[in-house]
Amino acid sequence: MTDVSVPSSLDGVEPVQSVRTPIRLEYTFTPGVAAQTYLREFANKKILGVVSPVDGAVLVPPRGADSRHGALCDEFIEMPHTGHVGSFCVTNVPIPGRDLDLPYISACIFLDGADIGFLNLVAECPPEECRIGMRVEAVWKPDEEIGMTAENILYWRPTGEPDIPFGAAGVRGWHVREEGEANA
Amino acid sequence: MESTERLSAPLVLEYPFTRTTGPVIGAFLTGLREKIVLGIKRHDGTVLVPPTEYDPETSETLTEMVEVAQQGEVTTWTWVQEPRPQSPWDSPHALAMIKLEGADTPMLHAVLADGPEELEVGMKVRIKWREVTEGHIKDIEGFIPIGENND
Repeated sequence: MTDVSVPSSLDGVEPVQSVRTPIRLEYTFTPGVAAQTYLREFANKKILGVVSPVDGAVLVPPRGADSRHGALCDEFIEMPHTGHVGSFCVTNVPIPGRDLDLPYISACIFLDGADIGFLNLVAECPPEECRIGMRVEAVWKPDEEIGMTAENILYWRPTGEPDIPFGAAGVRGWHVREEGEANA
Repeated sequence: MESTERLSAPLVLEYPFTRTTGPVIGAFLTGLREKIVLGIKRHDGTVLVPPTEYDPETSETLTEMVEVAQQGEVTTWTWVQEPRPQSPWDSPHALAMIKLEGADTPMLHAVLADGPEELEVGMKVRIKWREVTEGHIKDIEGFIPIGENND
């Protein structure tokens, strides 16, 4: 650290070494057509994706467009409630505002038939047993608590079925697809 | 599946950041806690307030911190009639660039005045400190026009 000289009036006083700079941003979120359609059906315990008109890729959750091509995606399809772990992270350090028991697993979940993943929790699985390609299923909130919110699915748990091959898991599935094989 | 009712929901992003200050900003904030204002001397002798660790033009490392005056002049300003909810100030005030005596650059802070008619470029202002200081820019409650008696 650079040696900084200060006026003698500050000699011997305890130096400030950190400062609190909390940030709070308040938005009103108004979902577009794709997200609205998704949320309305999510409240019926259905998970929707959209199909890219360019190459048929299935995108979940829907964003209204295939961002690779700027192409409008208005064909919705209903997705299964099972998929696999495309990648994951085990969190051992608490984060302010996150009241989860440690350690917990965040994973990029690829639904069966989907070409992109989304971030969610994986539980009922010891962290050391979580792996890329592990098959999982959704654990929903009780029916009376289901609403138009991403919190409908509490977490994903292992199904116990055989893993999908490492080379076909997650975004690697894109490359498998390009070679003519279907996603799991 | 179709519905005309538009969905809408509040979305709040909040980050409880604590930042380490480094030696220069740390000394500046230490000064505020002790109710003095520090700048940093550039190699040409001019003084930056607030101080930076490096010269913004030459990138040279700067190390010599010096005390500047607690009064100065407004170099530019704007009036805030309705402070936003998270503003440090809850009543109408000016936001101004204020060049303290002894400094060669202006700093941004509030001028606590009753209305925009009290503001003008070149007006003299001085610091109003908070009673309890903690080493934060908010240790300065604002600047008040010199000549007023409202301490």
